[in-house]
Amino acid sequence: MSDRLEADSSTNPEAHLEEPTHLVAAAPPGASAMRMRAAVLAEFWHYFSQNRGAVAGLVVFLLLVLTALMAPVLAPHSPTQQFRDALLAPPVWVEGGSWKFILGSDPLGRDILSRLIYGARFSLFIGVVVVAIAVTGGILIGLAAGYFGGAVDVFAMRVMDIILAFPSLLLALVLVAVLGPGLGNAMIAIALVLQPHFARLTRAAVMSELRREYVVSARVVGASHLRLMFVTILPNCLAPLIVQGTLSFSTAILDAAALGFLGMGAQPPTPEWGTMLAEAREFILRAWWVVTFPGLAILVTVLAINLMGDGLRDALDPKLKRS
Amino acid sequence: MTPALETRAVTRDYDVGATFFGKRRVVHALKGIDLTLERGKTLAIVGESGCGKSTLARIIAMIDPPTSGELLIDGEPIDIAKHRVTSDQRRKVQIVFQNPYGSLNPRQKVGDILTEPLLLNTPASAAERRDRAMGMLQKVGLTPAHYNRYPHMFSGGQRQRIAIARALMLNPSLLVLDEPVSALDLSVQAQILNLLADLQDEFGLTYVFVSHDLSVVRYIADEVMVMYFGEVVEHRPRDAIFADPQHDYTKVLFAATPRADVASIRARLEAKAAG
Amino acid sequence: MSLLEIENLRVTFDTSSGPFAALSGVSYRVDPGEVLAIVGESGSGKSVAMLAVMGLLPPSATVTADAMRFEGRDLLTMSAAERRKIIGRDISMIFQEPIASLNPCFTAGFQIEEVLARHTDLPRRARRQRAIELMQAVGIPEPKRRLASFPHQMSGGQCQRVMIAMAIACAPKLLIADEPTTALDVTIQKQILDLLMRLQADHGMGLILITHDMGVVAETADRVIVQYMGRKMEEADVLSLFENPQNAYTRALLSALPENATGTRLPTVADFRLAGEDA
Repeated sequence: MSDRLEADSSTNPEAHLEEPTHLVAAAPPGASAMRMRAAVLAEFWHYFSQNRGAVAGLVVFLLLVLTALMAPVLAPHSPTQQFRDALLAPPVWVEGGSWKFILGSDPLGRDILSRLIYGARFSLFIGVVVVAIAVTGGILIGLAAGYFGGAVDVFAMRVMDIILAFPSLLLALVLVAVLGPGLGNAMIAIALVLQPHFARLTRAAVMSELRREYVVSARVVGASHLRLMFVTILPNCLAPLIVQGTLSFSTAILDAAALGFLGMGAQPPTPEWGTMLAEAREFILRAWWVVTFPGLAILVTVLAINLMGDGLRDALDPKLKRS
Repeated sequence: MTPALETRAVTRDYDVGATFFGKRRVVHALKGIDLTLERGKTLAIVGESGCGKSTLARIIAMIDPPTSGELLIDGEPIDIAKHRVTSDQRRKVQIVFQNPYGSLNPRQKVGDILTEPLLLNTPASAAERRDRAMGMLQKVGLTPAHYNRYPHMFSGGQRQRIAIARALMLNPSLLVLDEPVSALDLSVQAQILNLLADLQDEFGLTYVFVSHDLSVVRYIADEVMVMYFGEVVEHRPRDAIFADPQHDYTKVLFAATPRADVASIRARLEAKAAG
Repeated sequence: MSLLEIENLRVTFDTSSGPFAALSGVSYRVDPGEVLAIVGESGSGKSVAMLAVMGLLPPSATVTADAMRFEGRDLLTMSAAERRKIIGRDISMIFQEPIASLNPCFTAGFQIEEVLARHTDLPRRARRQRAIELMQAVGIPEPKRRLASFPHQMSGGQCQRVMIAMAIACAPKLLIADEPTTALDVTIQKQILDLLMRLQADHGMGLILITHDMGVVAETADRVIVQYMGRKMEEADVLSLFENPQNAYTRALLSALPENATGTRLPTVADFRLAGEDA
């Protein structure tokens, strides 16, 4: 009985004795890290794909990304070229429409379809930049507040509360009014308004992780504050942030469109969807297509991203997993 | 010879109920603990939830500072409230927690978990760290194939082996074990207890073993310290305390522990048949 | 006639990696007034059978059995309404986490009275009176005052007593206790086990005790079923099980108890498995 330990390690009976239900424990001992990652991905897809809406949202979103990338190939005209002979031309299926302007043209004779296709680039760009700024700022503030607690926490969170107390669009409007209108400033303003959500989410996640024993264990082996915050704790807080990031992506697009509509965002002739709406405001009754299609583009994009976000939440949030 | 561990009148207070308007209330979790522990011995700290045994374990492991009193490791006084714990001090004391599901970072591979202590406290090169981690995996009954896996791929017993391996990476002389087998199945518990005994023999480790389970304590300890509401009510060698418990609380604790021997089953069944 | 009789019970869970058999054909029998212990380690399926009887398994579980009878009546073929009448009144269950098992939003008294309201036709005043009696019966001091306590205002031991009071409120013929003392300190465990044994003897209930703790088995059971990975390893009366275990796994479990240690190292289950394979 002296070589008991060797015996049990070679046959590895524990994995066999305990939790036979475990998904990945059943993998053969020699499996590579790649296969493990594939298994994790497969599990993620299993949960994600159970949500039909999420899959549909993902497909629409991927199409949108493709459209944005291939805009010069797909668009029939330049987004800024003015056809003076075809002002407010109706869409092809309406009487008087032509295949030249499939979705009609705007008051300056520009092709709406081409402008929408190029507009997808702006919308995605806005979403990516705004979410990136908001997530980075939110994580830094939330991490500091949750980790250090005390006065740092109180101060940071009260500032966040003040930002959250304003109607978000109004605050963004004020910021743009101060910074000056333009797409860049609009993005900064929206990021600033969205950032408290990330800060609060990060803080809550950090505070619950901080109590876990693996954090204490890392402290016992001598990890510094920065290492604990960024290497030990942060990776474990990412799942809710990814979900919030997706949902904020659509909020950013929506807010940018709203600022554009109010004349504070992207300036004409930029083919940004909200700006397009604003330019066409006075023609709503005469030419319905100039407002309908940019509006629909915003609606479909935001809906698709929100559906995808819901699916991500189902797949990433362990609390919602399993029945 | 200097003792491996010594505490002098260690206390720890917690503020509770300190809300916005509420008045502060202080709970004395530890009320003056004195103990000395010789090198290579195992001290079991026994008691029920809320008796302060885990608080004491955290103080010994230099996680929390005591409110007052002194902690000496290898005769060297340590005050983490005033000075940051140095690498040298950290190398002497390490801790293993109860819950093997909570004590390993789910986003870290086993290899990174094991090499982190070396990375942070020693000048060892990457290759050297890897070799030592591989060696330690084998010492605790795992294989080098486990090096690149994540904790969730392991059973509870295997995770506890990883936690023990991490604690041993810095070659500590004193290991604090906070209920290391309470969350494990009986058969796995036996394996981990054997492993701890083997490691103690090989490295001459000193153990502070916190537990509520008297049968485990009776098996592993040299000395037993019974705690009750922040105080030590009895602290004697194992055989003495089990043969003849002195304090009333110790007697209650012993009487409450279920007996799994045939004689007591027979006695119970006879009493039931008679009653 | 047996109180509860289950033949060849199989339970399968659908998981993302395919079906998983939690129980593969296990039979159970409890007589009136008998204490049956079901012992096993995690993954042995020891809780699954009784959850299946109570209808508490998630929808991803598939349950099949050749027979499932309570006092001779077939539980498998009876209507859902009839089954609900039996479960909760004639069969009741208590769980491992007493604080989590009680609803944190309601007082202990309210929760006991609710059980009485559902399964008896006592008027309100009588229900209150009965709740006080029940709390006295499970040894809660100052029951009148404690009726108004919320779960978070009580200790784990007291919560478990409230759970037991709710479970015995309708004088069940069978009580199922799933690891009732695992979350409690030893001295509290002793009190709760003593209470359960006293109530069992006083009311002549059948008691099924699901546990991983051989000590608890030794202190309480009349008959024992040992399970391992969804199969029954051994079934015997408690004395012969401890005195002369027939199955290799049972022997392994018993010798892994630290109090049975003879040398400086404990035998482990692996030893027995390897020895069994060699022979």
